[in-house]
Amino acid sequence: MTNRESLPFGPSLSKPRPAPGRQRKGSLSTSAGRTGWVGLVAFLLATPAMAQEPAPAAPRQPQPAGQDSELVVDVTGGISAPMPIAIPTMPTPAVADTPAGSTDTLGRQLSEIIATDLRNSGLFTPIQPAQLRTVAFPEVTAPAFDYWGGTGAQALVQGFIRATGDGNLTVGCYLYDVSARTELTRQGFVVPPADWRRAAHKCADSIYARLTGEGPYFDSRVVYVSETGPKARRIKRLAIMDQDGANHRFLTNGQSIVLTPRFAPNQQSIVYMSYLNDRPAIYVYDIGSGRQRLVVQNASLTFAPRFSPDGRWILFSMATAGNTDLYRVPAGGGAPQRLTNSPGIDTGGSYSPDGSRIVFESDRSGGQQLYVMNADGSNQNRISFGGGRYATPAWSPRGDLIAFTRLSGNFRIGVMSPSGGGERLLTDSWKDEGPNWSPNGRVLTFNRSGRGSGGSEQLWMVDLTGVNERRIPTPLDGSDPAWGPLRP
Amino acid sequence: MAKLNHILLAATALVAVSGCAKKRPQTLPPAPLTGPSGAAGGPVRAGDGAGEGAIVPGSDADFRRSVTSNTVNFGLDQYDIDPQARSILDSQAEWLQRNPNVRITIEGHCDERGTREYNLGLGDRRANSAKNYLAARGVSPARMTTISYGAERPLALGSDEQAYAQNRRAVTIVIG
Repeated sequence: MTNRESLPFGPSLSKPRPAPGRQRKGSLSTSAGRTGWVGLVAFLLATPAMAQEPAPAAPRQPQPAGQDSELVVDVTGGISAPMPIAIPTMPTPAVADTPAGSTDTLGRQLSEIIATDLRNSGLFTPIQPAQLRTVAFPEVTAPAFDYWGGTGAQALVQGFIRATGDGNLTVGCYLYDVSARTELTRQGFVVPPADWRRAAHKCADSIYARLTGEGPYFDSRVVYVSETGPKARRIKRLAIMDQDGANHRFLTNGQSIVLTPRFAPNQQSIVYMSYLNDRPAIYVYDIGSGRQRLVVQNASLTFAPRFSPDGRWILFSMATAGNTDLYRVPAGGGAPQRLTNSPGIDTGGSYSPDGSRIVFESDRSGGQQLYVMNADGSNQNRISFGGGRYATPAWSPRGDLIAFTRLSGNFRIGVMSPSGGGERLLTDSWKDEGPNWSPNGRVLTFNRSGRGSGGSEQLWMVDLTGVNERRIPTPLDGSDPAWGPLRP
Repeated sequence: MAKLNHILLAATALVAVSGCAKKRPQTLPPAPLTGPSGAAGGPVRAGDGAGEGAIVPGSDADFRRSVTSNTVNFGLDQYDIDPQARSILDSQAEWLQRNPNVRITIEGHCDERGTREYNLGLGDRRANSAKNYLAARGVSPARMTTISYGAERPLALGSDEQAYAQNRRAVTIVIG
């Protein structure tokens, strides 16, 4: 039985904080490849009604909406009472054909992507689109609050999509408090047609962040190992997709076993382990060019690679003469530096978000347990003392929790504080393994295995309450998921 | 002892072979095939011989039909060489000494009841355990490489103790 907060408006798992998204205004990505994300632009439209600036930093008091206070979603309690939200189809001021489709079709699809993102968070119940009336373009900034109040929605998302004429798309995104009849936030995005889905994810992120106070996470990708074939001889390929399963593509051809991929912090490459030429080793794969390079030369078995948060190091495990220890190597290549030197199998490894410490697993005490050390290998201390074995630690990007696989009969996903206390188990299946954090530190993706010769490998997600558990759709089976950073 | 005399008598009529009483005598090509001992059955791969039924001396096929088994097994989370494994590795060592120019690789494997990265390390432990034992029996380490497959290449596909016991193994393979 998972140990979750039972009060509907109980204390949040962490203090709400202003959405980091607000600090991203005006950021432009360096378009290393074809995805030239142009960035946010301010609106130059007719003045909306009561454009409020949302309150910053003060912790929110969760209260039922409509009681003369700001609309708020409690990330812990909200799971038991998701907020009804209306997301009508986004109108277009002029129907135009684009490489992504015609703008009226895109308007419907945008609203569907936003609804799916918010629904999948477990905190929102989008009202069925069939029950929402069509919104005309002028109404986007002047909502008919009387009507929306009648639908039962507490929040309303309106927006628009327009072809800019220079080949891009402009998407507007407005969030309204239905009962208070106020605008809560607005954002605009200019995107090339190939990136049109990202505008929906950015919009959903701004809504989620504004209402929960948590960081955004919808505009992100997952890299994983796609699996198919008989259990004795699985064909494994690296694959990448948006966190909602869209834009899926394979990165390797399946001729060699591939394992445990991880994004670089700048998202331009992936580090992973491959059995290419029957020599298990770690490689950095450049997403733009499709080329890869060997990370450590002339090594015996190397595996379990991760980037440091600043992208300067690759942490990995190396087995020599029957013993496995942790090492790091400069990300561009060079001489590995040994970090651990115990007779146990030391592997796994996950940096704290500030890069100063590493949590890893070691069986030096007899069975797999979690240890924390400084990033240079000094001051190694065990942190797990519960009644089982602990493996695959992953430090949350918020720094407040370490996720792990607990082995005691079944394999279960759990979290604990970096000092080892407050252990909570989030899942309870036969074999759940390898948790990996969303960019906002609120959701974990992991691998769920089925029993027996026909047992499948699947990707799942669960959030910190342990309640909202759901499978991620993939074309084939999947394992070793790693969630990439928020895309800028 | 009568049986021993019989075997030695037969051996002198054949191409010279080491007089190890525990071994089945070598057969001259072409010869009807019997399945290799120990490992999971099946005919010799076609590429190993000069034709149907031919087994090249010093090949992996020759190895597999000569030794007690090319596979040793381990207990849960263990990597020590137990008495049964010792006798299997002894027979491997003897063959390797009779074929001194042959190189081998030793694969370490695990059952699925472990996490992925730990299993890569555990497979490496098992492969090296077997390698170290063979080295102590006089096989030069320069002839031996190791590789770990973790739990990626199970032999038995069930999720029960019988399958797991088969999957916890180190397999010796002649590579030329």
